[in-house]
Amino acid sequence: MSGATSGGVAAGALPILQVRALSRTFHTAAQGATVALQATDLDVAENDFVTILGPSGCGKSTLLRIVAGLDQPSTGEVLLDGVGVGGPGADRGMVFQSYTLFPWLTVLDNVCFGLRERGLPRAEQLEIARDFIGRVGLASFENHYPKQLSGGMQQRTALARALANRPRMLLMDEPFGALDHQTRELMQELLLGIWEHERKTVLFVTHDIDEAVFMGGRVVVMSARPGRIKSDRAIGFGHPRHYSLKTTPEFGHIKAELTEELRAEVLAAAGQAAERA
Amino acid sequence: MKPLVPVPRGARIVLGVAFFVLFTAVWAVATLGGFVSKTFLADPVTMVQSGWTLLTKMGFAYDIGMTVWRVLGGFVIAAVLAVPLGVAMGAWKPVEAFFEPFVSFARYLPASAFIPLLILWAGIGEAQKLSVIFIGSFFQLVLMIAVAVGNVRRDLVEAAYTLGSSSGSLVRRVMIPNAAPEIAEILRMVLGWAWTYVIVAELIGASSGIGHMITDSQALLATDQIIFGIIVIGLIGLVSDLAFKAANRALYPWAQLGR
Repeated sequence: MSGATSGGVAAGALPILQVRALSRTFHTAAQGATVALQATDLDVAENDFVTILGPSGCGKSTLLRIVAGLDQPSTGEVLLDGVGVGGPGADRGMVFQSYTLFPWLTVLDNVCFGLRERGLPRAEQLEIARDFIGRVGLASFENHYPKQLSGGMQQRTALARALANRPRMLLMDEPFGALDHQTRELMQELLLGIWEHERKTVLFVTHDIDEAVFMGGRVVVMSARPGRIKSDRAIGFGHPRHYSLKTTPEFGHIKAELTEELRAEVLAAAGQAAERA
Repeated sequence: MKPLVPVPRGARIVLGVAFFVLFTAVWAVATLGGFVSKTFLADPVTMVQSGWTLLTKMGFAYDIGMTVWRVLGGFVIAAVLAVPLGVAMGAWKPVEAFFEPFVSFARYLPASAFIPLLILWAGIGEAQKLSVIFIGSFFQLVLMIAVAVGNVRRDLVEAAYTLGSSSGSLVRRVMIPNAAPEIAEILRMVLGWAWTYVIVAELIGASSGIGHMITDSQALLATDQIIFGIIVIGLIGLVSDLAFKAANRALYPWAQLGR
C-alpha cells in the first residue's frame, strides 16, 4: 500500500483530500501581516497515512486546522471527496495535542458524544463506543472521568472518540506531543495497530522525525515560516510495522536524510527569529 | 506552617469550632464581666433566653418563615431570569454587546436605595420585598454567569465541532455543562448577598420578618433580641450555604476531581 501512493495519488482515483493553492496570512496590529502558510497543494489518497513533519511555527498546524475547517484560508480551497470544505464537521475527526475530553463526561459518554450528535439510539451509541474503548484498551475505565486518567489514557480516549464517529478521515495535530517518551512510543504502536486494522485515511502532524517515519506511509516535510511543502516522500516499509523497525539501517538512513532537511529549516527559522529581534 | 498544606479533617473541624467558642467567650467576658453596659450589648445568656421567649411566646418563627420565603422567592425569580440571559450573553457575542453595558451599569445601582421608590411603586407588601432582592441579585447573577459561560476552553469548542456539533448543541451540550458547576457556585454566593438585602428591605416598611423584629427591638433598646435576630440570619445563611455546597458536590462530582 505505502509504496503505491508515492508522492501523490494513483492515476484515475479521486484523492479523498485535495488541498489547492492554500495559503494563510495572519494580520496583527503589532507585527503586521505574517504569512503562516504559502500557497500549498497536497493530495491525500484514500487509506493513506500521511505525516506532515516540520519545525515549530512552520504552519503545519495551520494547514491541518484549515483542513479541519477550524481556520479559514486566505486563498485556495480544501476539497474532501471533491466537495469544498467550509467549516468543521464530523466527516473529519480530529485529535488535538491538548487534552480535549469533556471533563463532565465519563470516558464512555465522551466516546458517545459524536454518536449522540448524530442522533443514534442510546443502545447503538453504547455498543459502538464500547467497541472502540476496548480497541484502545480502556474497557475497565469507561466510567472514569478524564481527570482520573493519565495523559496517555486521555489521548487514547480522544482517539476512540474520533474513530467511533466514523469520520471519512482522521486529522491528528501532534496528538502525542504532550506525552512522555515511553508513553508516546506505546501510543504510536497502538495507533498504528488500529490503523493497520481500519486503514482510515490519516493526516498526522508532528515535529518528531522518528514518529513521522514510523507512522507514515508518506512523509511531507514543511519549510520554516512562511510554510510550504519542501519535500514529499513515500515510506516503503510494509505493514504490520514492529517497533524494532526504528532500529533498522533503512530507518536510520531515512531519518538521517530527514534530519538534514529539517535542520536546515530549523536554522532558517532561528535566523528569522534573530532578524526580528 | 507551610503554605497550601491541607489540614486533616478532624483538625479542621476543631479549628473551625474553636473560633466560635473564642468569639463567644470574649463576648461573655466583656458583657458578664461588666466591661460593656447592658444597654449597648446584651450578654450571651440573656440573648439565648430572650431568643427562646421570642420563638415560643412572640411568634418569631413566623417572622423567620416570612424572611426565608422572601429571600427564596426573590432569589428564585432573579435566578430563573438571570440564568438564561447570562447563558445567552456568554454564548452569543451580539447578545452580550446589547445587554452587557447596561447590566454593568445596573449592578452598581444600590438595591437599598431603590426601597423608597419601590414602596411608591409596589407599596409595602411582598412585591416590594421581592423587588429589592431581585434588583440586588439579578444583575450580579447575569454578569457572572455570562463570564462563566463565555470562558469555555476554545479547544473543547473545537473538539465538539469536529465531532459534528451544531451551534445549538454546542451551547446545550458543551457550554452549559462546562459552566454548570461555576453557575452553581455563583448562585450560592449571590444567595448570601440576597440575605443582606432582605433585612434592609424589612427594616423599612415591613410588618413581619426578622428585619422587622430587629427594628421593633431597637425602639425598645432590646439588644438581646437584635443580636438573636442577627445570629438567626447568620445560622440560616450558614445552613443554606452548606446545603448548596453539598448539592453542588453531589450534582457535579467531576468538578471536584483534582482540587
